[in-house]
Amino acid sequence: MFKHRLIALILLIVAAGVGYFVYSTEVPRIPSSVATSTPATASRFAFKLGLDLNGGSHLVYQADISKVAAGDVAVSMDALRDVIEKRVNLFGVSEPLVQVESGGVGSTISQKLVVELPGVTDIQKAIDLIGKTPLLEFKLARQTTLPGTTTPQVIFQETGITGRLVQRAQVAFDQTTGSPYVQLNFNSEGKDLFAKLTREHVGEVLAIFLDNQPISLPVIQEEIRDGQAQISGGFTPQEAKLLVRDLNYGALPVPIELVSTQKVGASLGEDALKGGVKAGWISFLVIAAFLILWYRFPGFLAVIALAVYVAIILALFKLIPVTLTAAGIAGFILSIGMAVDANILIFERMKEEFRKGGQSVDAVIREGFSRAWLSIRDSNLSSIITAVILYWFSNASVVKGFALIFAIGVLVSMFTAITVTRTLLLAVSHKNHEGAMKFLFGSGATNS
Amino acid sequence: MFVVQHRKFFYILSAVLVVLSIVAVAVHGLNFGIDFKGGSLLEITYTDVRPDMQTVKDAVTSVVEGEPSVRPIGENGYVIRMKSISETERQSLIAKLGEGGQKFTEERFDSIGPLLGKESARKSLISIVLVLVMIILFIAFAFRKVSEPVSSWKYGVIAVIALAHDVFIPTGVFALLGNLNPTIEIDTLFVTALLVILGFSVHDTIVVFDRVRENLRIHKNQPFEQTVGESISQTFTRSINTSLTVVLSLVVLYFVGGAATHNFTLALLIGIIAGTYSSIFLGSPLLVTMEKWQSRKK
Repeated sequence: MFKHRLIALILLIVAAGVGYFVYSTEVPRIPSSVATSTPATASRFAFKLGLDLNGGSHLVYQADISKVAAGDVAVSMDALRDVIEKRVNLFGVSEPLVQVESGGVGSTISQKLVVELPGVTDIQKAIDLIGKTPLLEFKLARQTTLPGTTTPQVIFQETGITGRLVQRAQVAFDQTTGSPYVQLNFNSEGKDLFAKLTREHVGEVLAIFLDNQPISLPVIQEEIRDGQAQISGGFTPQEAKLLVRDLNYGALPVPIELVSTQKVGASLGEDALKGGVKAGWISFLVIAAFLILWYRFPGFLAVIALAVYVAIILALFKLIPVTLTAAGIAGFILSIGMAVDANILIFERMKEEFRKGGQSVDAVIREGFSRAWLSIRDSNLSSIITAVILYWFSNASVVKGFALIFAIGVLVSMFTAITVTRTLLLAVSHKNHEGAMKFLFGSGATNS
Repeated sequence: MFVVQHRKFFYILSAVLVVLSIVAVAVHGLNFGIDFKGGSLLEITYTDVRPDMQTVKDAVTSVVEGEPSVRPIGENGYVIRMKSISETERQSLIAKLGEGGQKFTEERFDSIGPLLGKESARKSLISIVLVLVMIILFIAFAFRKVSEPVSSWKYGVIAVIALAHDVFIPTGVFALLGNLNPTIEIDTLFVTALLVILGFSVHDTIVVFDRVRENLRIHKNQPFEQTVGESISQTFTRSINTSLTVVLSLVVLYFVGGAATHNFTLALLIGIIAGTYSSIFLGSPLLVTMEKWQSRKK
């Protein structure tokens, strides 16, 4: 009795703390027509809003991997992602997302690249830049003093050697020292050009650029006639691997094709967000009213459990973090309705036990819970199966977001509807006031 | 219990609804959204008064091939659906629409290539089938200790019959509505709604089956028909109340939530009502029918 009250009190304090965390980490939303980017004051735990709520662009590219050996697909897709990410970063967009999605089974596996640009709706430039084939270039470093200045500067002079002439790069290990180096092979056309270049520029730096970004600055040690260059120089195996990946990617870039564009203007997103939040509040109030009217006192406790549910879910959205979309918010509101189900099952069981008579309130509560448990377990498991399949199988980010929220909702609601409601019920049940308790726990308008 | 006694009536009602849905799909076909068939969608809102629909349609036709669909949205906007267009085509379309002098803002632009659309459609179909199969397996497993008088895998099969019913009806309604209003489409969100309906409906059906399982243990010598009837009446209030809370939140979402989830909520509403109906009036009475068939064979 006393123990239950103590646990109940602790539960409520913790839940209030969680609720305060949700509230305090949310800065007042500045209309996106005013704010140019995420305000600097925004907490790092602020809700993450999807493009459909915040405005922005979502681009899907299909990668043509027909020329890439099956074993190299993952590596070249990673390289592609890094290259595109660097290009996207040039835009200064806050939190752009670039990710690889592979879908399908067996030979039909397709590789896609998803680019999300929050807040950007003028995407012509972005599309032009992203779609460009990446360029691997070898340039000679030259020190010159520009006219009018005294400090010497390094400029890079083009050599005509590009990724087109590279056959393959791979990591190798020195026989004696065991340290890693990068083996770079040129094709027959590249071999002669490279031999001439290395003969004439021994001792100079031959910089390697991918997409105008230097990725390696080796020094030419000697003339290389056979088109087999080695880049050594204190690499860790990891660094060597990364360089090889970039070199190979530059040698055989994966062509990409834009297959889907989605853009949402800021005002449309704002309307969707407002609608979702308002719908959430109203449904909560309507369900609370229904529970209290129908189940009276236990109903009231179920509403508290539901409030705890909402606080925990919102905190999880912030901590995981889950990107909220219009469909995600709909899933959350649906889960509020479903979270009540476990309580309804339990209360209906309790009412049956009351009708049998001859039991104390305490015993009725325990009986109601233990009998409802099997139904709750089996039915929620089937919901989780659905959520897992949705998450796993869908290629639309909208659906993935919905499934994640739905699954979290089902799991958390099992905890709140069972543990929280049970603790609260046991905490308030009192042996000395059986009559009053029976009134509070009964409900008038049922089939009793 | 009247549900079990008059089960033929409920079977006929369900059968009629399912047949009507199939007819609706056969006659009108499904109005697929651009995410399944590929295509582009442009939503614009005019600052002042919007020009009439034909003007906009003509402007679109002059730039983009094929027959576009132009629908008014809100007070001052249009939604234009057309074949999949590239970024360059989109820009010339925007320029063309601006020639009339009216100012407008581009609210939304979606473009999905036909290949991607086909892939999404295939995946959606696979996921629905996968959910159905997993549910049969799960129910057969959860009820593995129940074998008399109806074996556990039959519970699974019956649950799936009830689920098929819940999927057919919203699809039929959407085929019908899609014919009247082209903005009501079969898209990714509709498939998501179907999957949620599957999850919810099986949840409901399991609660009744679970009660049957429990009552079978308590009353060993009672006719099966009576046990099922009792189980339905014991879970009746719960089924209605749970569905009521979910339906309440969906109704709120339908009227207050944004336009983006309008059709999604509608599909859920229809499906969840069908799902509640099927778990009470179709699933459990089918258990009785199944048992009667078995005893007749013996």
